[in-house]
Amino acid sequence: MSIREERKTEPVEEYYTWTGKARGWLLKHLPADKLLPQDQPSYVASWIYVFGMGAIVSLVFIVVSGVVLSLNGPAWYHVSDFGHFVNSVHLWSVELFFMTMVVHLWGKYWMAAWRGGRTLTWITGMGAFLVSIVAAFTGYLLQTNFDSQWIAFEGKDALNASGIGAWFNVANLGQIFGFHIVLLPLAVGAVVALHVILVRMHGVVPPIDAAETDAQLSGTDRTEATR
Amino acid sequence: MHPLISYFAAQDSPGIYLGFGAFQIQLGNLIVILVMILLFVLALFLPFPSGKKRP
Amino acid sequence: MSAPTMSRSDRDGLARRPWRGTVREYDLFKELTVALVVVGLVIVGLSAIVGSPDEPSVTLKSWAQAQPADFVATATAELGGTSETAGYGPPYNTTADATQTIGAFDLQSFSGVQLPIDTAQDLVITPLTTLNAPPSAALDAWNAGSDTEKADWTAAYTDALTNAPDGDPAQVATGDYGPVPVLTDALLTMASQGALDGVLNAQESFYNSDYTRTILFLGDGAYFGDLATAAHLTGDQWGMMNETGNTPGQSWLWLFSFWYQIEPFASAPNADLLVVLLMLVLSVLLTLVPFIPGLRDIPRWIPIHRLIWRDYYKKRAAGRS
Repeated sequence: MSIREERKTEPVEEYYTWTGKARGWLLKHLPADKLLPQDQPSYVASWIYVFGMGAIVSLVFIVVSGVVLSLNGPAWYHVSDFGHFVNSVHLWSVELFFMTMVVHLWGKYWMAAWRGGRTLTWITGMGAFLVSIVAAFTGYLLQTNFDSQWIAFEGKDALNASGIGAWFNVANLGQIFGFHIVLLPLAVGAVVALHVILVRMHGVVPPIDAAETDAQLSGTDRTEATR
Repeated sequence: MHPLISYFAAQDSPGIYLGFGAFQIQLGNLIVILVMILLFVLALFLPFPSGKKRP
Repeated sequence: MSAPTMSRSDRDGLARRPWRGTVREYDLFKELTVALVVVGLVIVGLSAIVGSPDEPSVTLKSWAQAQPADFVATATAELGGTSETAGYGPPYNTTADATQTIGAFDLQSFSGVQLPIDTAQDLVITPLTTLNAPPSAALDAWNAGSDTEKADWTAAYTDALTNAPDGDPAQVATGDYGPVPVLTDALLTMASQGALDGVLNAQESFYNSDYTRTILFLGDGAYFGDLATAAHLTGDQWGMMNETGNTPGQSWLWLFSFWYQIEPFASAPNADLLVVLLMLVLSVLLTLVPFIPGLRDIPRWIPIHRLIWRDYYKKRAAGRS
């Protein structure tokens, strides 16, 4: 069948507005079966693949416990047992977030997962890691206890030496509060969302040195389903 | 609470620090790092359950 | 085309195309649900068993009550402009040659004095004027004094405090200290009654959310730093990573913290600038690993991927034979 005949039998929708073109781009690059797949390539079979999801789920717990904390204000957890428990949940979900994220990063490094046009996926993943470090740092400053007092005193030097201490003033609780509950969560959320969308768009990277002659590609592997 | 856990978790505990010379690490941080390495090694070696075969 | 002659770009070509080989069932939402339950249980368990620390904050009041001698010595240094804050440079003041630089590269001066603090006026004199019964004679004498007189008074009093038993202001030898002892003693009383915390934080206003002055004042004394040292929180103790007690802290700052422990950083006057720039470069390198020959090839040289994809490679070999 020639291309011309194909056009006749399957009319392609014409996109003539920005909105239409955006829809066309999304449908082409992120069709529903890529966004919410029911299967994965047979090589996606290792526990190393669960840590990305572990980080996302930890982030969910960070956000939920953080919302509860912010609804009650920074002083609440000093005086309420429930508040202290929610504060503990916030701390431990952050610890788990970083643990799972770092194991995920190690795994992706050893898989060289940036291959095949996945460079931006790696870069956004690193972006999520670095922005999260700043977000966590501002959280430590909001503890409003001895630890946060000391971190504010000690932390100011590196920021002042970098010339940003005046605008990112660690001893200014109001400023840090804004960074921690609005700006940085938005930044982490946006970078993580972009990262996940890129993962779905490009799919999971094939094994290093995978070739068309491999059993899984040449049709000689009878142990798994074929697409 | 188990006395050992309560000892490690005590809020007023001065903390346990390990290391020599310039290298010092707080016990809590050391545990976190060791658990991360353990998770990574387990993820590499533990067999992954084979998925359901679709018809 | 046979596998051994394939160029690298061909192999990447396979990675670039949608997968056309065998697949296994995968349920994204089921994985999400299981992860929520498992991670949730771990988090709630750790929160219930280990919890989180909450070491009470220190105040100017608790400092003045616990170590009055240290407080008076610090207040004297603030008056004389010899404290760490007074000599800090931008963004607090214009002290010459105080910034961290690498040659002519001076980021610290870039912001200018955005958070101006005159330690004598802002931390001692102005707070004293807010008292119901301010030490008026001493305040007038201070304000009338020349810069040289002020420097001489505070220097003499600092020396006298150093020589007094336990630095006790009550046991200082007689000397020409001008109004300094009266001022610092009034400030000590004000602080130990709790009034100074409120005045410094509020800065003549009802609302406050900026603790810069109080934090800097606390940090100029020895008391605050000694407490931090006891809790293993200072920079030369890897303190950046540490939380109080045994609760894990920001262990992800291990490398940032590491540089401060070793030479040439440990004794460099511009250590902060050096470490920040080094970490910036290292972070960019890790972010750009896909573009950096050598760094991006290590996963090929050290074949951990053979473990991760061992099933795939096993079947591949079986398929070929």
